[in-house]
Amino acid sequence: MHAFIEYIQSYLNSDLTPGGAGNIFWATVYILLVFVGLSIAVIAMNWLERKILAHMQVRLGPMRVGPHGLLQPIADAIKLLLKEDIIPAEADAAIFWIAPFMVVLAAFTVFVVVPFGPTHAITDMNIGILFMLGVSSLSVLGIVMAGWASNSHYPLIGALRSSAQMVSYEVAMGLAVLSVILMTSLNPESTGTLSMIGIVQAQFAQGEWFIFKFFPLGLIGFVIFAIAMVAETNRAPFDLPEAESELTAGFHTEYSGFRWSLFFLAEYSAMIAVSSIAVTLWLGGWLHPFPNLLNSPTWELIFSLFPGISFVLLALMCFYNTARMPKHPLFRVQTLGLAGFGVVLGLIGLILFIPAVRMRVTDIFWFATKVAAFMYLYIWYRGTFPRYRFDQLMKVGWKILLPMGLALLILTAVVGMRTELWAELQGALHP
Amino acid sequence: MIPAGTNPPVATSFFFYLLAATMIIGGVLVITRKNAVHSALALISTLLAQAALYLMLYAPFVAGVQIILYAGGIMVLFLFVIMLISIERAEKERQFNKQWLVGMVAATALGGLFIAVYTTTTKGKMLFPEGRMTYGETQNTQAVAALLFDRNAGQYMFAFEIASLLLLVAIIGAVVMAKKRI
Repeated sequence: MHAFIEYIQSYLNSDLTPGGAGNIFWATVYILLVFVGLSIAVIAMNWLERKILAHMQVRLGPMRVGPHGLLQPIADAIKLLLKEDIIPAEADAAIFWIAPFMVVLAAFTVFVVVPFGPTHAITDMNIGILFMLGVSSLSVLGIVMAGWASNSHYPLIGALRSSAQMVSYEVAMGLAVLSVILMTSLNPESTGTLSMIGIVQAQFAQGEWFIFKFFPLGLIGFVIFAIAMVAETNRAPFDLPEAESELTAGFHTEYSGFRWSLFFLAEYSAMIAVSSIAVTLWLGGWLHPFPNLLNSPTWELIFSLFPGISFVLLALMCFYNTARMPKHPLFRVQTLGLAGFGVVLGLIGLILFIPAVRMRVTDIFWFATKVAAFMYLYIWYRGTFPRYRFDQLMKVGWKILLPMGLALLILTAVVGMRTELWAELQGALHP
Repeated sequence: MIPAGTNPPVATSFFFYLLAATMIIGGVLVITRKNAVHSALALISTLLAQAALYLMLYAPFVAGVQIILYAGGIMVLFLFVIMLISIERAEKERQFNKQWLVGMVAATALGGLFIAVYTTTTKGKMLFPEGRMTYGETQNTQAVAALLFDRNAGQYMFAFEIASLLLLVAIIGAVVMAKKRI
């Protein structure tokens, strides 16, 4: 027993990820935390997407289930779990059964290497970013399997579109990622890194986020990735694989109940996964704004107060809306519920002010905030852009993003090696 | 990052036999299934198990590239084409194998080659000595890059570029054969 406690405590004193320290207990804890956190994030996204979309279209959105529709995702989850689970008679049952699991597996496995903080990752791999791109590219297999196994026209067309689209945009995405990996190698030891933690540390060491590196090269790479990642996750305006107006629901037309909810879960966690790649590669991962300028203890303290402050602000928002609730006996339960939700948020905020907690969650907070900004962008895109036609989609992928990515890669290499190139040139001219 | 000796080794014989069995079963399924999509999926499981074997050899970079290129890229294109085949007709067709003699000879020769490589000794040393090789897993990507691009140690650049030229020729060939007028 004593040895076990020592085993648990030994990790807390190390500054390694659980995987790096080889500590199975903490690795399990981290895996559970990431899984629970992701599930909560998906539930929150479900509610936020409807609300934000509705407000963009001057509607109210869900208002009935719980105060301001806060319990709507839970009602939906119960509905989906109770729904009859149908496998079409003509479907290829085994593949139909396995496809959603494949998609979910791919979408969740990538979080093994996502760095929420310098030590807050399940593990750190030598091939971190390669692992993320590789495993997330497996999700298209699940989509293709689902579409084909349904043995029906719309899903098949959806799957075909999906595979063509994801293969095309993976190329541009990979080129944008490559330019960042080139940037990591611009240090005195001149060895680059593929490790997700290493990439963030390289940004800290070089004193700027890679989005600002070699302006505008870093920015262009970021834009290419930001477009390609929307296409990779099959979201509007690139949601051709599940275009409602043309294909009913695309590759998951024949799915219902629990299996359908797995696709839903996978889609949202894949969105979070690619956003985390973008945040890690271009936006400095867990680093707070201006990490090299504002690094005095006072600033560290101020930045570590942000998580608590934001939760308290959310709580105040809840209380404000509680006060604005209609004063009618029918709304009493909802008003009390909203006030209770505000109290819970406020308590979480207060816990986050405790120094021991504060220092541990700051990194996670800044990472999550940046990812949340991307999540909002996803919803914003969906509310604003009309869907691309398929030939336009292919044109953007192959004729615009791919040449831009190639040029970006070459330019990054040239600008990064400019002193060495200049020296070579001088040597060649004046031997 | 990982200090030596803290982690139990992944490269145990249990994992090797598990992965090898997955690969062999997958390979047999590829050639025995009547349904082409099932064959392709079996091939994917074989390729993934192969990637895991690379991991066991402490070559994570090769494993990652294997997953991205084969499982994520090439097999998706395979499936893309296979999905357009009428499965009902393919299921009714008789499976045939006209080249079993050549296949047997080739397989036996390859097996013989493996055994020969494994047992031959040059200057009293075996090519595959007993015991685990300790490669730096944490520096694998950098080591591969050095072998390819380093000015002094790099010696595979030419072979690498020639291989890419071969692929380019294959692509041009495919386009020429597929299109009547270019």
